[in-house]
Amino acid sequence: MQYLIIGAGPAGVTAAETLRRLDADATIRIIGDEPEPPYSRMAIPYLLMDNIAEQGTHLREHGNHFADLRIDVTRGRVEQVDAAGHRVRLQDGGSLSYDSLLIATGSSPVHPPIPGIDGPNVTSCWTLADARRILAGARSGSRVVLIGAGFIGSIVLEALAQRGVQLSVVEQGERMVPRMMGPEAGGMLKRWCESKGVSVYTGIGVSSIDAGGVTLADDTRLEADLVITATGVKSNVGFLEGSGVKVDQGVLIDRHFRTNVADVYAAGDVAQGLDFSTGDYAVHAIQPTATDHGHIAALNMSGQAAEYEGSLNMNVLDTLGLLSCSFGRWDGVAGGEHAELYAPDDWRYLSLQFDGDRLVGANAVGLSQHVGILRGLIQRRTPLGEWKERLMRDPTRLMEAYLATTQVI
Amino acid sequence: MQRALHIDPKKCTGCLQCEMACSYEKDGVFNPSKSRIKVFTFHHEGRFAPYTCTQCAEAWCQKACPVEAIQIDAATGAKVIVDARCVGCKVCTIACPFGTVNYNSVTGKVIKCDLCGGDPACASACPTAAITYVDADWTGIDKMRAYAEQSLAGTA
Repeated sequence: MQYLIIGAGPAGVTAAETLRRLDADATIRIIGDEPEPPYSRMAIPYLLMDNIAEQGTHLREHGNHFADLRIDVTRGRVEQVDAAGHRVRLQDGGSLSYDSLLIATGSSPVHPPIPGIDGPNVTSCWTLADARRILAGARSGSRVVLIGAGFIGSIVLEALAQRGVQLSVVEQGERMVPRMMGPEAGGMLKRWCESKGVSVYTGIGVSSIDAGGVTLADDTRLEADLVITATGVKSNVGFLEGSGVKVDQGVLIDRHFRTNVADVYAAGDVAQGLDFSTGDYAVHAIQPTATDHGHIAALNMSGQAAEYEGSLNMNVLDTLGLLSCSFGRWDGVAGGEHAELYAPDDWRYLSLQFDGDRLVGANAVGLSQHVGILRGLIQRRTPLGEWKERLMRDPTRLMEAYLATTQVI
Repeated sequence: MQRALHIDPKKCTGCLQCEMACSYEKDGVFNPSKSRIKVFTFHHEGRFAPYTCTQCAEAWCQKACPVEAIQIDAATGAKVIVDARCVGCKVCTIACPFGTVNYNSVTGKVIKCDLCGGDPACASACPTAAITYVDADWTGIDKMRAYAEQSLAGTA
């Protein structure tokens, strides 16, 4: 059996390892287009904070990990998939055959059409190569403008602030992390960042970038030595054109991670898979989804009929010491009830969204202990019974509600 | 024979000696907020519930970690944070559906129960045997895990 995996990120690596566990004899190959050993983009902010060296970003600790598992990690870039011929064509002219193919090509930053965004003083923060540019250009005292304060932008914000740069952040949405939290929590994050010396502009776009800085839509001028963009990512699907593999926002897959083409599967940021909360198919470009996808896709590729329950969209963020998180339908569902604690002076916020007596989504700011139970309650669809009314009156009794309803102990 | 923490909430008096022992063992301070085991109080019923990691077989925290900083202690089976690898990204804290991995803002890393290498301080400190460290077979821990993990495994 020949397994071929395109993409050396968490989804591809998890799939390869799972396939090896299931099949000692198979040929397993990962093709990745970056020069480094498989690494984690999630770790890059900590590299920028000088907390770790590059080696600390590697997905697997030991250099011989993949060789020991007889997983061949090859550098290359796939140009085209010939599904009928069970082959992929590489950019260097070579080709590779497969019996079963996993598309795990991840996603890449999108660049909004702002004049000057291709300039030499502008970089995204996505790859290790980007990180090296930022390490060289964002030194203590440097003036840095960060465009985008979504989830990724806000993580980058923390790293930049820790580098001691003079930081300004511009977010087109009306608040920070607009797709992760509502106005109360988003507003709290903004005030917190401002109190730590970061200039935050929300509800305004960038009209142009030049060698000296950026100009906002209202002509506000922000001088900058370096401009960093974090304006969203999109699935890497371009090479699939003409392959017959169906693509929407990402590669369309069923609950077994199969695409519409025989023996071609997809997982991770590139895949538009089942959303646990909505029952629709969506791209959830987050680390836990990538590894879950990789694991369950591999089960299916090896012949086990493992049906996916869907991914829960969730994020955790640390903005200069203020912790926040979001889970599932944090913005609520039609006809559902909502419990909220808003204590801006204490930097605390907790919002629980219910559908009947089940928790379907949550946001929290300033909650640092046992955060994972929010996932547990949502993903287990735990009926809360009488605890729902108690939580409506006092959402902070969450842990009691969890223990009382799950009987884990 | 693998051993596991067995928790009997009915025997817990809420004295918090387990939390003291844990924080002292792990951080050298008597500070319940640093404890890897927590005792929850049900004020209205006058009940207490010690709660910590069950070291699940297919550990969500371990699978979600982007840098292989959660590894298995071969001797005890515990899922252990490798501080030298942990970058503090906190993905494990939202991935663990039991909420038993927590972020420690002082160290910038996450903390969880590691069974103290096979001699858990909480069990030694518990005066009423509400927390014991016994053969895994005895605790029915597999049944407990199976219950806990049911419908959370990601597959139907």
